[in-house]
Amino acid sequence: MIFVTIRPRLSPKVRLRFDRRTGHYLLLYPETGLELNGTATAIARLCTGEWTIDEMVDHLTRSYVDASPGEIRRAVREFLGVLADRGLLQGVT
Amino acid sequence: MNNEYRPYTLIAELTYRCPLHCLYCSNPSDLAEHGNEIDADTWIQVFREAEELGVVQLNLTGGEPLLRDDLELLIEGARKFDLYTNLITSGIPLTSERLSRLRALGLDSVQISIQSTRRSVSDRLAGMPSFSRKLDVMRWATSLGLPLTLNIVLHRENISEIEEVIALAERVSADRLELANTQYLGWALKNRDALLPARQQIEQARTVAAEANARLRGQMEVLFVTPDYYTDRPKSCMEGWGRRFIVVNPEGLALPCHLAHTIPGLQFEHVTQRRLSDIWRHSTGFNKFRGEAWLSDPCRTCERRALDFGGCRCQAFHLMGDAGMPDPACSLAPGHHVIESARTHAGRTVGIPVLFEHRAGRGHSSR
Ligand code: SF4
Repeated sequence: MIFVTIRPRLSPKVRLRFDRRTGHYLLLYPETGLELNGTATAIARLCTGEWTIDEMVDHLTRSYVDASPGEIRRAVREFLGVLADRGLLQGVT
Repeated sequence: MNNEYRPYTLIAELTYRCPLHCLYCSNPSDLAEHGNEIDADTWIQVFREAEELGVVQLNLTGGEPLLRDDLELLIEGARKFDLYTNLITSGIPLTSERLSRLRALGLDSVQISIQSTRRSVSDRLAGMPSFSRKLDVMRWATSLGLPLTLNIVLHRENISEIEEVIALAERVSADRLELANTQYLGWALKNRDALLPARQQIEQARTVAAEANARLRGQMEVLFVTPDYYTDRPKSCMEGWGRRFIVVNPEGLALPCHLAHTIPGLQFEHVTQRRLSDIWRHSTGFNKFRGEAWLSDPCRTCERRALDFGGCRCQAFHLMGDAGMPDPACSLAPGHHVIESARTHAGRTVGIPVLFEHRAGRGHSSR
């Protein structure tokens, strides 16, 4: 399964920006953007090309004590899927 | 004012000047002098105030924004407010040195428009040889790592080229392909019979675009918006009047859309005379079609009113003579027969070659 060895990195075309009107982060890309919730922001911040998906899940499990590793893994997969579909992710192996 | 009316995007029309003489350009040629253009300091103040209102995306457009000698200053200024800056350009006139300078100063993405994938047609429609240079600019953009959007405005004469357009977008590694449709207002409305594709052409194009979008997922986004003449429901024009977008035109007039000032009787204000936040919140022009009190039947009680806001105000005005009426693109609207007859006409004239009349005196170059 390719996912395991990939270290996702946000594409250089996106910009993560704090939105002081809502207190959320926005992931901006040409002409539009995504408004991120707290979990998505935490995941986006780990997309630096240094973390494998497993390492991301481990790390987030430690900071989100009320969510199970299974839930976190699902959230990570789902959000990375959203980013990949929009071409906002680069996989670094 | 709550987030219901929060602008996310500022469309900064930096100049009316343009070196090209394109056929379906909505740029008012009679205003193409540069004496009235607001200066860089004023623009940067506009960027600051727009960002305070919630704007995060900035579209630098025109006319041709590259004709502003102070584009560098503007991009540098926008970067200070952390705006995501898109340059909407024909690619003419540009050098690779200037593009890389703009990139270094904070330009985030480039959108280049073409009229056709065929050099001779493209050059004829643009009124000058320009196609090869556009291809160069696309290559420079991607080699600088700038996200590239390729835009083409579709009409009856070029809609059959859609596969070639997709192939070109793939060849230049575009990130997005916008298969836009002519907006039938102003000049294009007068030439609608020559421009409006037939239903069958639209359907073929939509199928091809959808296939490409699925095939290229994650690599290139292929956007095809069916023209509202064929949807039976209007588009949510500008995502609602005075709701998500601010347009500031070259003279500093702040508008809810780039044609809003063509509707008589509305009052709009200049950024040099009032703060943008006051204009956004309090000007009568911006407030005119906000909320629901202005809606007429059948929009007033229609469940889609929160989705499309009754459609395009400019289209209602230009086709029905009253900007407060439902957009006639809607099949429930009293004026829909206007759209139906245009559609019928387009269906009948398929295959008959049409001639464009070239507009004289379009665009002025300052160079
Ligand atoms: S009746 Fe009005 S609100 Fe309803 S779909 Fe038509 S334009 Fe939109």
